[in-house]
Amino acid sequence: MVETGTLRVKTGLAEMLKGGVIMDVTTPEQAKIAEDAGAVAVMALERVPADIRAAGGVARMADPTVIEKIVSSVTVPVMAKARIGHFVEAQILEELGVDYIDESEVLTPADEEHHINKWDFKVPFVCGCRNLGEALRRISEGAAMIRTKGEPGTGNIVEAVRHMRSVNEGISWLKGLREDELFAAAKDLEAPYEYVKWVHDNGKLPVVNFSAGGVATPADAALMMQLGADGIFVGSGIFKSADPAKRAKAVVQATTHYTDTDLLARVSKDLGEPMVGIEISQIPEAEMMQERGW
Amino acid sequence: MKTKIGVLALQGAVREHIYHIEQAGATGKIIKWPHELDEAAGLIIPGGESTTIGKLMVEYNFIDAIRDFYAKGKPIYGTCAGMILLAKKITEGDQPLLSLMDIEVRRNAFGRQRESFEADLNIKAIGALKAVFIRAPWIESISDGVDVMAEFDNIKVMARQGGLLVSAFHPELTGDLRVHKYFIEMVREA
Repeated sequence: MVETGTLRVKTGLAEMLKGGVIMDVTTPEQAKIAEDAGAVAVMALERVPADIRAAGGVARMADPTVIEKIVSSVTVPVMAKARIGHFVEAQILEELGVDYIDESEVLTPADEEHHINKWDFKVPFVCGCRNLGEALRRISEGAAMIRTKGEPGTGNIVEAVRHMRSVNEGISWLKGLREDELFAAAKDLEAPYEYVKWVHDNGKLPVVNFSAGGVATPADAALMMQLGADGIFVGSGIFKSADPAKRAKAVVQATTHYTDTDLLARVSKDLGEPMVGIEISQIPEAEMMQERGW
Repeated sequence: MKTKIGVLALQGAVREHIYHIEQAGATGKIIKWPHELDEAAGLIIPGGESTTIGKLMVEYNFIDAIRDFYAKGKPIYGTCAGMILLAKKITEGDQPLLSLMDIEVRRNAFGRQRESFEADLNIKAIGALKAVFIRAPWIESISDGVDVMAEFDNIKVMARQGGLLVSAFHPELTGDLRVHKYFIEMVREA
Protein backbone atom coordinates (compact mmCIF):
# COMPACT_ATOMS: atom_id res chain seq x y z
CA MET A 1 0.00 0.00 0.00
CA VAL A 2 1.24 3.49 -0.84
CA GLU A 3 0.23 6.43 1.36
CA THR A 4 1.00 10.12 0.78
CA GLY A 5 0.55 13.05 3.16
CA THR A 6 0.96 10.94 6.32
CA LEU A 7 2.11 12.60 9.55
CA ARG A 8 5.39 10.68 9.32
CA VAL A 9 6.06 11.99 5.83
CA LYS A 10 5.15 15.54 6.92
CA THR A 11 7.26 15.59 10.07
CA GLY A 12 9.97 13.63 8.24
CA LEU A 13 10.80 16.49 5.88
CA ALA A 14 11.25 18.79 8.88
CA GLU A 15 13.61 16.20 10.41
CA MET A 16 15.69 16.36 7.21
CA LEU A 17 15.96 20.17 7.51
CA LYS A 18 17.44 19.97 11.04
CA GLY A 19 20.73 21.74 11.63
CA GLY A 20 20.06 23.88 8.58
CA VAL A 21 19.10 27.43 7.65
CA ILE A 22 15.91 28.41 5.80
CA MET A 23 16.18 31.78 4.08
CA ASP A 24 13.55 34.29 2.93
CA VAL A 25 13.92 35.11 -0.78
CA THR A 26 11.91 37.31 -3.12
CA THR A 27 13.48 36.54 -6.54
CA PRO A 28 15.01 33.52 -8.35
CA GLU A 29 18.40 35.29 -8.13
CA GLN A 30 18.16 35.51 -4.34
CA ALA A 31 17.01 31.87 -4.22
CA LYS A 32 20.16 30.84 -6.10
CA ILE A 33 22.36 32.87 -3.73
CA ALA A 34 20.67 31.16 -0.77
CA GLU A 35 21.05 27.68 -2.28
CA ASP A 36 24.70 28.33 -3.20
CA ALA A 37 25.38 29.47 0.37
CA GLY A 38 24.04 26.13 1.66
CA ALA A 39 20.45 26.99 2.69
CA VAL A 40 18.41 23.79 3.28
CA ALA A 41 15.24 25.46 1.99
CA VAL A 42 13.99 28.86 0.87
CA MET A 43 10.86 30.80 1.83
CA ALA A 44 9.33 32.38 -1.29
CA LEU A 45 7.97 35.87 -0.58
CA GLU A 46 7.04 39.06 -2.39
CA ARG A 47 8.67 41.15 0.33
CA VAL A 48 10.86 40.27 3.30
CA PRO A 49 9.36 41.01 6.74
CA ALA A 50 11.33 44.28 7.21
CA ASP A 51 9.75 45.62 4.00
CA ILE A 52 6.31 44.31 4.96
CA ARG A 53 6.69 46.13 8.28
CA ALA A 54 7.75 49.34 6.52
CA ALA A 55 5.00 49.16 3.87
CA GLY A 56 2.11 48.61 6.31
CA GLY A 57 -1.36 47.79 4.96
CA VAL A 58 -2.59 44.22 4.45
CA ALA A 59 0.11 41.64 3.73
CA ARG A 60 -1.12 38.60 1.79
CA MET A 61 0.13 35.38 0.19
CA ALA A 62 2.72 36.08 -2.55
CA ASP A 63 1.73 36.19 -6.22
CA PRO A 64 1.83 32.59 -7.55
CA THR A 65 4.11 33.78 -10.40
CA VAL A 66 6.77 34.78 -7.84
CA ILE A 67 6.44 31.41 -6.11
CA GLU A 68 6.55 29.39 -9.35
CA LYS A 69 9.67 31.19 -10.55
CA ILE A 70 11.43 30.44 -7.28
CA VAL A 71 10.24 26.80 -7.28
CA SER A 72 11.75 26.29 -10.74
CA SER A 73 15.05 28.03 -9.92
CA VAL A 74 16.31 25.79 -7.06
CA THR A 75 16.37 22.10 -6.11
CA VAL A 76 16.09 22.63 -2.34
CA PRO A 77 12.56 22.60 -0.83
CA VAL A 78 10.49 25.77 -1.23
CA MET A 79 8.22 27.10 1.50
CA ALA A 80 5.62 29.85 1.19
CA LYS A 81 3.48 31.82 3.62
CA ALA A 82 -0.31 31.85 4.00
CA ARG A 83 -2.22 34.21 6.27
CA ILE A 84 -3.31 32.80 9.66
CA GLY A 85 -6.67 31.09 9.11
CA HIS A 86 -6.67 31.63 5.33
CA PHE A 87 -7.18 28.05 4.23
CA VAL A 88 -7.84 29.03 0.61
CA GLU A 89 -4.41 30.64 0.30
CA ALA A 90 -3.11 27.34 1.70
CA GLN A 91 -5.10 25.37 -0.89
CA ILE A 92 -3.56 27.49 -3.64
CA LEU A 93 -0.04 26.99 -2.26
CA GLU A 94 -0.61 23.23 -2.10
CA GLU A 95 -1.77 23.32 -5.73
CA LEU A 96 1.41 25.20 -6.70
CA GLY A 97 3.48 22.35 -5.29
CA VAL A 98 5.28 24.19 -2.48
CA ASP A 99 6.94 21.77 -0.06
CA TYR A 100 5.92 23.46 3.21
CA ILE A 101 3.35 26.13 4.11
CA ASP A 102 4.15 28.67 6.83
CA GLU A 103 0.90 29.82 8.45
CA SER A 104 2.54 33.07 9.38
CA GLU A 105 2.05 36.06 11.66
CA VAL A 106 4.24 38.05 9.23
CA LEU A 107 1.14 38.33 7.02
CA THR A 108 -2.07 40.01 8.16
CA PRO A 109 -4.33 37.41 9.83
CA ALA A 110 -7.46 36.40 7.91
CA ASP A 111 -9.17 34.87 10.95
CA GLU A 112 -8.77 36.15 14.51
CA GLU A 113 -10.30 33.03 16.07
CA HIS A 114 -9.40 29.97 14.01
CA HIS A 115 -6.12 28.80 12.58
CA ILE A 116 -6.14 26.56 9.49
CA ASN A 117 -7.18 22.93 10.06
CA LYS A 118 -3.88 21.58 8.81
CA TRP A 119 -5.01 17.94 8.98
CA ASP A 120 -7.00 18.67 5.80
CA PHE A 121 -3.83 19.03 3.72
CA LYS A 122 -1.23 16.68 2.24
CA VAL A 123 1.37 19.44 2.28
CA PRO A 124 2.93 19.96 5.74
CA PHE A 125 2.67 23.20 7.74
CA VAL A 126 5.04 25.11 9.99
CA CYS A 127 3.54 27.52 12.55
CA GLY A 128 4.93 30.10 14.96
CA CYS A 129 4.69 30.02 18.75
CA ARG A 130 5.78 32.07 21.76
CA ASN A 131 5.41 29.37 24.40
CA LEU A 132 4.66 25.68 24.91
CA GLY A 133 0.88 26.04 25.00
CA GLU A 134 0.84 27.86 21.67
CA ALA A 135 3.15 25.23 20.15
CA LEU A 136 0.88 22.39 21.29
CA ARG A 137 -2.27 24.15 20.02
CA ARG A 138 -0.70 24.43 16.56
CA ILE A 139 0.48 20.80 16.65
CA SER A 140 -3.02 19.67 17.63
CA GLU A 141 -4.30 21.51 14.53
CA GLY A 142 -1.88 19.46 12.42
CA ALA A 143 1.34 21.53 12.26
CA ALA A 144 4.24 19.18 11.41
CA MET A 145 6.92 21.69 12.37
CA ILE A 146 7.10 24.58 14.85
CA ARG A 147 9.19 27.71 14.91
CA THR A 148 9.41 30.22 17.69
CA LYS A 149 8.07 33.57 16.50
CA GLY A 150 10.55 36.16 17.66
CA GLU A 151 9.70 39.58 16.25
CA PRO A 152 10.06 39.38 12.44
CA GLY A 153 11.75 42.08 10.41
CA THR A 154 13.54 43.69 13.37
CA GLY A 155 17.02 42.18 13.24
CA ASN A 156 16.66 42.06 17.02
CA ILE A 157 17.16 38.64 18.60
CA VAL A 158 15.63 39.43 22.00
CA GLU A 159 12.13 38.11 21.26
CA ALA A 160 13.45 34.94 19.60
CA VAL A 161 15.45 34.24 22.77
CA ARG A 162 12.45 34.93 25.00
CA HIS A 163 10.23 32.53 23.02
CA MET A 164 12.80 29.72 22.78
CA ARG A 165 13.50 29.90 26.51
CA SER A 166 9.79 29.97 27.23
CA VAL A 167 9.08 26.80 25.18
CA ASN A 168 12.00 24.96 26.76
CA GLU A 169 11.08 26.06 30.30
CA GLY A 170 7.57 24.77 29.63
CA ILE A 171 8.94 21.38 28.59
CA SER A 172 11.19 21.14 31.68
CA TRP A 173 8.27 22.07 33.92
CA LEU A 174 5.97 19.44 32.37
CA LYS A 175 8.64 16.76 32.66
CA GLY A 176 8.86 17.31 36.39
CA LEU A 177 5.13 17.07 37.10
CA ARG A 178 3.32 14.06 38.57
CA GLU A 179 0.89 12.26 36.24
CA ASP A 180 -2.10 13.50 38.24
CA GLU A 181 -0.97 17.11 37.77
CA LEU A 182 -1.09 16.94 33.96
CA PHE A 183 -4.83 17.64 33.73
CA ALA A 184 -4.46 21.01 35.44
CA ALA A 185 -1.30 21.64 33.39
CA ALA A 186 -3.35 21.16 30.21
CA LYS A 187 -5.80 23.73 31.53
CA ASP A 188 -3.03 26.21 32.33
CA LEU A 189 -1.33 25.70 28.96
CA GLU A 190 -4.68 25.85 27.13
CA ALA A 191 -3.51 22.82 25.16
CA PRO A 192 -5.03 19.37 24.59
CA TYR A 193 -4.27 16.86 27.37
CA GLU A 194 -2.97 14.13 25.00
CA TYR A 195 -0.19 16.43 23.71
CA VAL A 196 0.62 17.66 27.23
CA LYS A 197 0.96 14.02 28.30
CA TRP A 198 3.18 13.25 25.29
CA VAL A 199 5.58 16.06 26.16
CA HIS A 200 5.61 14.98 29.83
CA ASP A 201 6.44 11.38 28.82
CA ASN A 202 9.03 12.20 26.14
CA GLY A 203 10.62 15.40 27.45
CA LYS A 204 10.51 17.14 24.06
CA LEU A 205 8.09 18.46 21.45
CA PRO A 206 6.60 15.84 19.10
CA VAL A 207 7.86 17.87 16.08
CA VAL A 208 10.98 19.82 15.13
CA ASN A 209 11.30 23.38 16.54
CA PHE A 210 13.26 26.02 14.60
CA SER A 211 14.01 29.58 15.65
CA ALA A 212 12.70 32.56 13.67
CA GLY A 213 12.24 36.31 13.91
CA GLY A 214 15.31 38.46 14.50
CA VAL A 215 18.39 36.50 13.38
CA ALA A 216 20.83 38.94 11.73
CA THR A 217 24.33 37.56 12.43
CA PRO A 218 26.14 34.19 12.61
CA ALA A 219 26.36 34.73 16.38
CA ASP A 220 22.56 35.13 16.57
CA ALA A 221 22.12 31.80 14.74
CA ALA A 222 24.60 30.01 17.01
CA LEU A 223 22.95 31.55 20.10
CA MET A 224 19.58 30.09 19.09
CA MET A 225 21.13 26.69 18.34
CA GLN A 226 22.86 26.66 21.73
CA LEU A 227 19.51 27.51 23.34
CA GLY A 228 18.09 24.34 21.75
CA ALA A 229 16.72 25.28 18.32
CA ASP A 230 16.72 22.47 15.75
CA GLY A 231 17.50 24.94 12.96
CA ILE A 232 17.18 28.56 11.88
CA PHE A 233 14.88 30.73 9.79
CA VAL A 234 16.48 33.95 8.56
CA GLY A 235 14.05 36.46 7.16
CA SER A 236 15.28 39.95 6.43
CA GLY A 237 18.72 39.34 7.97
CA ILE A 238 20.37 38.10 4.77
CA PHE A 239 19.05 40.21 1.91
CA LYS A 240 18.77 43.43 3.93
CA SER A 241 22.50 43.25 4.68
CA ALA A 242 25.41 44.67 2.66
CA ASP A 243 26.85 41.36 1.40
CA PRO A 244 24.06 38.72 1.33
CA ALA A 245 26.11 35.86 -0.22
CA LYS A 246 28.89 36.13 2.35
CA ARG A 247 26.53 36.59 5.30
CA ALA A 248 24.33 33.68 4.16
CA LYS A 249 27.31 31.34 4.02
CA ALA A 250 28.52 32.53 7.43
CA VAL A 251 25.11 31.92 9.02
CA VAL A 252 25.01 28.39 7.53
CA GLN A 253 28.45 27.59 8.93
CA ALA A 254 27.60 29.04 12.34
CA THR A 255 24.44 26.89 12.45
CA THR A 256 26.39 23.68 11.67
CA HIS A 257 29.21 24.38 14.10
CA TYR A 258 27.28 26.35 16.70
CA THR A 259 29.52 25.43 19.65
CA ASP A 260 32.83 25.89 17.81
CA THR A 261 33.97 29.31 19.01
CA ASP A 262 37.07 29.34 16.78
CA LEU A 263 34.90 28.88 13.69
CA LEU A 264 32.28 31.36 14.97
CA ALA A 265 34.97 34.02 15.40
CA ARG A 266 36.32 33.32 11.91
CA VAL A 267 32.99 33.44 10.03
CA SER A 268 31.88 36.58 11.90
CA LYS A 269 34.72 38.65 10.38
CA ASP A 270 34.33 41.24 7.61
CA LEU A 271 30.68 40.56 6.79
CA GLY A 272 29.89 44.19 5.98
CA GLU A 273 26.92 46.05 7.42
CA PRO A 274 24.16 43.91 8.97
CA MET A 275 20.54 44.91 8.50
CA VAL A 276 19.50 47.94 10.55
CA GLY A 277 17.88 46.69 13.73
CA ILE A 278 14.78 47.95 15.51
CA GLU A 279 14.52 48.27 19.29
CA ILE A 280 11.36 46.36 20.32
CA SER A 281 10.10 49.14 22.62
CA GLN A 282 10.03 51.48 19.60
CA ILE A 283 7.40 49.32 17.85
CA PRO A 284 3.79 50.42 18.48
CA GLU A 285 1.84 47.60 20.14
CA ALA A 286 -0.54 47.29 17.18
CA GLU A 287 2.41 46.56 14.90
CA MET A 288 3.84 43.67 16.95
CA MET A 289 3.62 40.67 14.62
CA GLN A 290 4.12 38.09 17.39
CA GLU A 291 0.77 39.05 18.94
CA ARG A 292 -1.03 37.71 15.88
CA GLY A 293 -2.55 34.23 16.41
CA TRP A 294 -3.13 32.74 19.87
CA MET B 1 34.07 -3.26 23.04
CA LYS B 2 31.06 -2.04 21.08
CA THR B 3 31.43 -1.22 17.40
CA LYS B 4 31.63 2.55 16.90
CA ILE B 5 29.61 3.96 13.98
CA GLY B 6 30.02 7.60 12.97
CA VAL B 7 27.17 9.76 11.67
CA LEU B 8 28.17 12.69 9.46
CA ALA B 9 26.63 15.63 11.32
CA LEU B 10 26.83 18.58 8.95
CA GLN B 11 23.03 18.79 8.63
CA GLY B 12 20.00 16.50 8.55
CA ALA B 13 18.54 13.54 10.45
CA VAL B 14 21.58 12.93 12.65
CA ARG B 15 20.03 12.14 16.03
CA GLU B 16 17.63 9.54 14.58
CA HIS B 17 20.57 7.58 13.18
CA ILE B 18 22.50 7.87 16.46
CA TYR B 19 19.43 6.58 18.30
CA HIS B 20 19.00 3.64 15.90
CA ILE B 21 22.71 2.72 16.06
CA GLU B 22 22.59 2.64 19.85
CA GLN B 23 19.30 0.73 19.96
CA ALA B 24 20.82 -1.80 17.54
CA GLY B 25 23.70 -2.49 19.93
CA ALA B 26 26.56 -0.31 18.68
CA THR B 27 27.94 3.07 19.76
CA GLY B 28 26.99 6.20 17.76
CA LYS B 29 29.49 9.00 17.24
CA ILE B 30 28.68 12.45 15.87
CA ILE B 31 31.19 13.46 13.18
CA LYS B 32 31.58 17.22 12.65
CA TRP B 33 35.23 17.35 11.52
CA PRO B 34 37.31 14.98 9.33
CA HIS B 35 39.78 13.98 12.09
CA GLU B 36 36.88 12.53 14.08
CA LEU B 37 36.50 9.83 11.42
CA ASP B 38 39.57 8.03 12.82
CA GLU B 39 37.59 6.78 15.80
CA ALA B 40 34.79 5.22 13.72
CA ALA B 41 34.69 1.74 12.18
CA GLY B 42 31.79 2.61 9.88
CA LEU B 43 30.01 5.79 8.74
CA ILE B 44 26.41 6.78 8.05
CA ILE B 45 25.71 9.75 5.78
CA PRO B 46 22.19 10.81 6.80
CA GLY B 47 19.25 12.26 4.95
CA GLY B 48 19.12 16.02 4.72
CA GLU B 49 19.62 18.41 1.83
CA SER B 50 22.26 16.86 -0.42
CA THR B 51 23.35 20.24 -1.87
CA THR B 52 23.85 21.66 1.62
CA ILE B 53 25.71 18.61 2.94
CA GLY B 54 27.78 18.45 -0.29
CA LYS B 55 28.85 22.09 -0.03
CA LEU B 56 29.77 21.73 3.64
CA MET B 57 31.72 18.54 2.82
CA VAL B 58 33.82 20.55 0.37
CA GLU B 59 34.18 23.45 2.83
CA TYR B 60 35.54 21.19 5.59
CA ASN B 61 37.61 18.82 3.39
CA PHE B 62 35.37 15.83 4.00
CA ILE B 63 35.44 14.62 0.37
CA ASP B 64 39.01 13.29 0.51
CA ALA B 65 38.70 12.30 4.16
CA ILE B 66 35.68 10.05 3.48
CA ARG B 67 37.32 8.57 0.37
CA ASP B 68 40.37 7.71 2.53
CA PHE B 69 38.05 6.27 5.18
CA TYR B 70 36.51 3.96 2.58
CA ALA B 71 39.93 3.09 1.10
CA LYS B 72 40.87 1.72 4.54
CA GLY B 73 38.08 -0.84 4.12
CA LYS B 74 35.57 0.88 6.40
CA PRO B 75 31.90 0.56 5.29
CA ILE B 76 29.58 3.51 4.58
CA TYR B 77 25.77 3.64 4.53
CA GLY B 78 23.99 6.56 2.82
CA THR B 79 20.26 7.28 3.26
CA CYS B 80 18.48 9.55 0.74
CA ALA B 81 20.88 12.55 0.50
CA GLY B 82 23.62 10.15 1.60
CA MET B 83 22.82 7.89 -1.36
CA ILE B 84 23.14 10.85 -3.74
CA LEU B 85 26.49 11.83 -2.24
CA LEU B 86 27.92 8.30 -2.56
CA ALA B 87 26.94 7.94 -6.25
CA LYS B 88 29.44 8.11 -9.11
CA LYS B 89 27.01 10.22 -11.11
CA ILE B 90 23.75 12.15 -10.79
CA THR B 91 21.31 12.25 -13.69
CA GLU B 92 20.58 15.97 -13.65
CA GLY B 93 22.24 18.92 -12.02
CA ASP B 94 25.61 19.51 -10.54
CA GLN B 95 26.75 19.17 -6.97
CA PRO B 96 29.75 17.87 -5.00
CA LEU B 97 29.83 14.05 -4.85
CA LEU B 98 32.01 11.42 -3.17
CA SER B 99 31.76 9.36 -6.40
CA LEU B 100 32.41 6.05 -4.63
CA MET B 101 29.61 3.73 -5.76
CA ASP B 102 28.92 2.53 -9.29
CA ILE B 103 25.38 3.84 -9.46
CA GLU B 104 23.69 6.76 -11.18
CA VAL B 105 21.11 8.54 -9.01
CA ARG B 106 18.28 10.90 -9.95
CA ARG B 107 17.59 13.56 -7.32
CA ASN B 108 13.99 14.27 -6.16
CA ALA B 109 12.99 11.55 -8.65
CA PHE B 110 9.72 10.71 -6.89
CA GLY B 111 8.65 14.38 -6.92
CA ARG B 112 8.09 17.20 -4.46
CA GLN B 113 6.88 16.95 -0.85
CA ARG B 114 3.20 16.34 -1.72
CA GLU B 115 4.35 13.18 -3.56
CA SER B 116 6.36 11.94 -0.54
CA PHE B 117 5.01 8.57 0.60
CA GLU B 118 5.18 5.47 2.76
CA ALA B 119 5.15 2.02 1.14
CA ASP B 120 5.79 -1.64 1.94
CA LEU B 121 9.03 -3.02 0.54
CA ASN B 122 10.58 -6.46 0.46
CA ILE B 123 14.31 -6.15 1.10
CA LYS B 124 16.83 -8.83 0.25
CA ALA B 125 18.39 -10.37 3.39
CA ILE B 126 16.11 -8.25 5.60
CA GLY B 127 12.49 -8.93 4.61
CA ALA B 128 9.27 -6.90 4.56
CA LEU B 129 9.69 -3.31 5.75
CA LYS B 130 7.59 -0.15 5.86
CA ALA B 131 9.66 2.48 4.03
CA VAL B 132 9.39 6.28 4.27
CA PHE B 133 10.30 8.21 1.10
CA ILE B 134 10.72 12.01 1.41
CA ARG B 135 11.38 14.00 -1.78
CA ALA B 136 13.32 10.86 -2.49
CA PRO B 137 15.90 10.07 -5.15
CA TRP B 138 16.01 6.75 -7.02
CA ILE B 139 18.75 4.66 -8.57
CA GLU B 140 18.62 5.32 -12.28
CA SER B 141 21.17 2.67 -13.28
CA ILE B 142 23.85 0.39 -11.82
CA SER B 143 27.07 -1.15 -13.03
CA ASP B 144 28.26 -4.75 -12.59
CA GLY B 145 29.12 -5.57 -9.02
CA VAL B 146 26.21 -3.61 -7.53
CA ASP B 147 23.61 -5.77 -5.82
CA VAL B 148 20.04 -4.36 -5.86
CA MET B 149 18.46 -5.08 -2.47
CA ALA B 150 15.00 -3.55 -2.94
CA GLU B 151 12.72 -2.22 -5.63
CA PHE B 152 9.50 -0.21 -5.52
CA ASP B 153 7.35 -0.37 -8.66
CA ASN B 154 10.37 -1.81 -10.55
CA ILE B 155 12.48 1.17 -9.46
CA LYS B 156 15.73 0.45 -7.61
CA VAL B 157 15.62 2.00 -4.14
CA MET B 158 18.27 0.11 -2.14
CA ALA B 159 21.60 -1.38 -3.17
CA ARG B 160 24.96 -2.67 -1.89
CA GLN B 161 28.37 -2.77 -3.45
CA GLY B 162 30.93 -4.35 -1.12
CA GLY B 163 31.26 -2.00 1.84
CA LEU B 164 28.83 0.56 0.45
CA LEU B 165 25.11 0.46 1.30
CA VAL B 166 22.50 2.96 0.05
CA SER B 167 18.76 3.44 0.44
CA ALA B 168 16.45 6.06 -1.07
CA PHE B 169 14.21 5.76 2.02
CA HIS B 170 14.64 6.51 5.72
CA PRO B 171 14.73 3.52 8.11
CA GLU B 172 15.78 5.98 10.84
CA LEU B 173 12.29 7.55 10.77
CA THR B 174 10.61 4.27 11.76
CA GLY B 175 10.97 2.08 14.84
CA ASP B 176 12.51 -0.67 12.71
CA LEU B 177 16.17 -1.44 13.54
CA ARG B 178 16.86 -4.18 10.99
CA VAL B 179 18.59 -2.04 8.35
CA HIS B 180 20.89 -0.56 11.00
CA LYS B 181 21.59 -4.05 12.38
CA TYR B 182 22.42 -5.20 8.86
CA PHE B 183 24.86 -2.29 8.42
CA ILE B 184 26.46 -2.84 11.85
CA GLU B 185 27.02 -6.48 10.81
CA MET B 186 28.69 -5.22 7.59
CA VAL B 187 31.01 -3.09 9.74
CA ARG B 188 31.85 -5.97 12.08
CA GLU B 189 32.68 -8.24 9.14
CA ALA B 190 34.83 -5.63 7.39
